[in-house]
Amino acid sequence: MTDTDLGTAAATFDGTHSGLAGRLGDSVARPDGVPKAQGSYQFSGDLTADGFLWGATLRSPHPYARIVRIDVSGAWKIDGVAAVITAEDVPGKATYGLISQDQPVFASDIVRFHGEPVAAVAADHPETCRRALAAIVVEYEVLTPLTDPEQAVDGSFPPIHPDGNIVRHQRIIRGDQSIEGPIIVEGTYEMGRQDQAFLGLEAALAIPAPGGAGVELYVATQWLHEDRKQIAACLGMPEDNVRLVLGGVGGAFGAREDISLQVHTCMLALRTGRPVKIQYDRAESFHGHVHRHPCTVWMRHHAGTDGRIRRIEARFLFDGGAYASTSSAVLINGITHTQGPYQCENATVHGWAVRTNNLPSGAMRGFGVVQAAFAHEGQMDKLAAAVGVDPVEIRLRNAMQRGDRLITGQVVDNVAPVARLIRETAALPLPTQPVGGTDHDPMRLPGGAGRTADERHIVRGIGWGVGIKNLMYSEAFDDFSTARVRLADGVASVKFATVEVGQGFITIVGQIARTVLGVGEVVLETIDTQIGSAGSTSASRQTWMSGGAVDGACRLVRERLFELVAAKYQLAAVQLEIDGTDVVDTLGTLRIPVAEATAGILIEETFEHHHVPTEDLDEDGQGNCHTAFAFVAHRAVVDVDPELGLVKVVQIATAQDVGRALNPLSVVGQIEGGIAQGVGLAVMEELLQVNGIVKNATFTDYLLPTFLDMPDVVISLVEEPDPHAPMGAKGVGEPPTVSSTPAVVAAIRDALGKDLHRVPVRPSDICF
Amino acid sequence: MSVIVPTTLAEALAALADSPSATVVAGGTDVMVEVNFGHRSVSDVVMVNRVAELRTWRRDADVLHLGAGVTWSEIEASPIAEWVPALAQAARTVGSPQIRHAGTVGGNLGTCSPAGDGLPVLAALDAVVHLASADSTRSLSFAEYMVGPKRTARRPGELITGVTLPIVDGWQGYSKVGVRNAMVIATASVALVVDAGSVRLALGSVGPTILRCPEAEVFAANNVDFTSRVASSEVVAQFAELARAAARPIDDHRSTAVYRRHAVGVLASRLLRRAFPNE
Ligand SMILES: Cc1cc2nc3c(=O)[nH]c(=O)nc-3n(C[C@H](O)[C@H](O)[C@H](O)COP(=O)(O)OP(=O)(O)OC[C@H]3O[C@@H](n4cnc5c(N)ncnc54)[C@H](O)[C@@H]3O)c2cc1C
Repeated sequence: MTDTDLGTAAATFDGTHSGLAGRLGDSVARPDGVPKAQGSYQFSGDLTADGFLWGATLRSPHPYARIVRIDVSGAWKIDGVAAVITAEDVPGKATYGLISQDQPVFASDIVRFHGEPVAAVAADHPETCRRALAAIVVEYEVLTPLTDPEQAVDGSFPPIHPDGNIVRHQRIIRGDQSIEGPIIVEGTYEMGRQDQAFLGLEAALAIPAPGGAGVELYVATQWLHEDRKQIAACLGMPEDNVRLVLGGVGGAFGAREDISLQVHTCMLALRTGRPVKIQYDRAESFHGHVHRHPCTVWMRHHAGTDGRIRRIEARFLFDGGAYASTSSAVLINGITHTQGPYQCENATVHGWAVRTNNLPSGAMRGFGVVQAAFAHEGQMDKLAAAVGVDPVEIRLRNAMQRGDRLITGQVVDNVAPVARLIRETAALPLPTQPVGGTDHDPMRLPGGAGRTADERHIVRGIGWGVGIKNLMYSEAFDDFSTARVRLADGVASVKFATVEVGQGFITIVGQIARTVLGVGEVVLETIDTQIGSAGSTSASRQTWMSGGAVDGACRLVRERLFELVAAKYQLAAVQLEIDGTDVVDTLGTLRIPVAEATAGILIEETFEHHHVPTEDLDEDGQGNCHTAFAFVAHRAVVDVDPELGLVKVVQIATAQDVGRALNPLSVVGQIEGGIAQGVGLAVMEELLQVNGIVKNATFTDYLLPTFLDMPDVVISLVEEPDPHAPMGAKGVGEPPTVSSTPAVVAAIRDALGKDLHRVPVRPSDICF
Repeated sequence: MSVIVPTTLAEALAALADSPSATVVAGGTDVMVEVNFGHRSVSDVVMVNRVAELRTWRRDADVLHLGAGVTWSEIEASPIAEWVPALAQAARTVGSPQIRHAGTVGGNLGTCSPAGDGLPVLAALDAVVHLASADSTRSLSFAEYMVGPKRTARRPGELITGVTLPIVDGWQGYSKVGVRNAMVIATASVALVVDAGSVRLALGSVGPTILRCPEAEVFAANNVDFTSRVASSEVVAQFAELARAAARPIDDHRSTAVYRRHAVGVLASRLLRRAFPNE
């Protein structure tokens, strides 16, 4: 398919300008910020095309059942229905998945979670779709669901999937296994199911090529090329016949890494020969994407009387839900971060990721490390109490440094300023306002607008969380990124498939090009699959990986530019340099504007950025499986109403190891947003399932923090450029969620003097 | 489907007489949620948000009359907030500013959820609900009006025209527990009104209807000192115990019966202490 074939299609995203002036290190405002605030930005849910049909999905009301019979004839009798499809209609591979392809496009014989797709329709109106879905008869033989992940581990439940109930088991055995004590602390930590709850709901528009030879999909996703690979396989088409174009994305946080409506939308478009749009509503979204893994972690720390960790034993159990998704990678992330940002030579760790009839779990900001951090930080506080030092001191005594080894044997060969982060966080000011504030505004108290408490009912606590997060993909995966840069007439155009989900890559691109090439104007081309993969917008990786690709392509272009200028003025290219918007001769007087030097010529270069190779883990969990690491510290101050169990997070102070803040404004945005998600997980966000049935798939009952729940955030950016990172910059998206949650919980424990070992912390956990 | 947008009460009542099963829509903040979830199918609609008589309030001596279409953002502001502070506090807890601009007291009464934030205050104030149809009007006490969870004595063809409340001298307040500091459905709520030798206590979200607590009320009235605003801590504790005993909570995905019962006790004791700050 060529560009011209798509001429009539929906709105595209060409020609987005990358911010205003601004180079690396500047706080550049997002070019889409104002349109988003004003409501004029086009999210993928706003896409339309001439004569398009609506699509909708029929989902299982049962977590586990055998499909006895599907009768779609009723749907066909409804005026306006153009297609009804089920598993029988899938033209290619019947299943998909990021790591193993174990998830059916439509369930054919068994449904394995509440909300699994069974059929889809296309019709002239959403209401027609709704009636058509209601007219499809599915007869189920309801089965008893597997909802307790322990039953998957112990083998007491018959396999609910041909691939079995254990997705992966991995152990880590390192060092002296016989070490015991003298100080021993132990705990079991549980985490409920958090939803990514992005605000821009799943939406896609598929446009079939004439004759059904191919399809073009406009979609909000995280990784265009991986989607394309899975979609093409299910459609039974060569990848070249499937083109993906990024639709406006309203947040992702991992939930768009897996396929949701992509294959359905394409199938309906190919079947009807017309454009088809599917958009989920909030309830469907909760069922339609993967979530953070609910997890139980047991840890036992052995330490010296000085509090230095000698050995850690741990067991992780991740509930992967019905399908594999990325569970096997989440498991590895979790167990390899058992020690946290602390030195530890000896470890015994067992981890399981298992299959149940709960909602499928997969990627969410922090990716397995959030679960580990909640446990290791709880342990550090217990250790501090056991040896009689404060939470800051215990962490300083154990703080990891560059060159230390993980329990996988991998040397941490990145900037690792753990002690500095802790000290800088401790130096940030505590809240100046007492409980309730000097203005005695009841809104400041736990309970907020509900006016449940008076100041004398409230106790304040302070807690700590320190985290380590791997960056990029692991276990021998080469998650490269590609960028192409064209320079002509003083304007740089950049082409890449990097998905912008709101993280700010589109500002960074312009900053890199302006800095390296000395141009003023940078044009971003359409983000689609018409160039090599950029990998996923996840794992805090795009500034490093795609930033590295753009930087690399810009440098190649700059070399060519210097060669041209050098030839013209009979200089050596190595003498030349970019100074502001000019090419200058460092040894002479030549100074010409880049715009002039590039007048009438076109320089084009493509660059693929790869990170250092990583390895698989061996049987004992040893190996250099990770690419790089970033660190962070959080200190939380909370006010708690012990009698009612209500919490108000007052302040979070944080120092984060960012390498180099390429766009400080964006970094602060990531930190504040990540902390909001961490606070949500600590005190309110949980998608509840009872016997596999989802109970609160609405924003009425799945509670996200509001502005009144959001603490003040005080930030120190610790900038020690990392030698391995392009431009010195580390990924910054995930660390804020990693240890903000344990910090909040530690602060609640501190306020109450009570052990809490489950998040979100519920009122009844506090007051009973 | 027809949508009628009357501007006078007479037109609205006539429209409803023509189509008694029509859906009445005021702010739509409950109706539209039900429509979106497919819990309500709408055929004919009578919009009442432009009916001037319903949009107004007036004070006659010690009685406040709120038209059904008065919004929460009007109720949380002056002067209504000075006259019925508990209702203003309840108003402030309803949803977000957007919801409070659209949502009305009449809509809260129309839905009549046990978690409706206006309702415990109306119950504690012994408010009177006014209903009208094309050919008759009637007035019911709140207790007569609310008959079950989301069930009322309103008949097809009747509109809620408004509600009258006494303006009392004594202390009054409303407290609501939810797991978020704003924009949350009550898991338990309590309204307390002190008036001329009486104490009135109403509980929300802990029973099929809003629950008044006659035993707690009588006990408090007999054991506090109204003039010097004294209540001993034993009295406060016993009052809370009686509030707990009056609750009839259930377990659901928002909370447990045990927590709800506990919470109304805590709120009742704290409200009584706010009303009687001296030990
Ligand atoms: C995001 C959100 C948050 C919310 N938060 C809260 C909250 O915190 N606390 C709370 O109590 N509620 C809350 N609600 C519910 C709702 O806002 C309130 O119940 C509000 O008072 C309803 O008023 P309305 O005018 O919008 O009612 P509508 O939706 O217009 O009507 C509600 C019902 O009343 C009937 N009705 C309306 N007016 C009349 C009339 N004059 N005569 C007869 N029947 C009538 C309608 O037919 C319908 O059955 C929330 C709703 C949303 C969407």
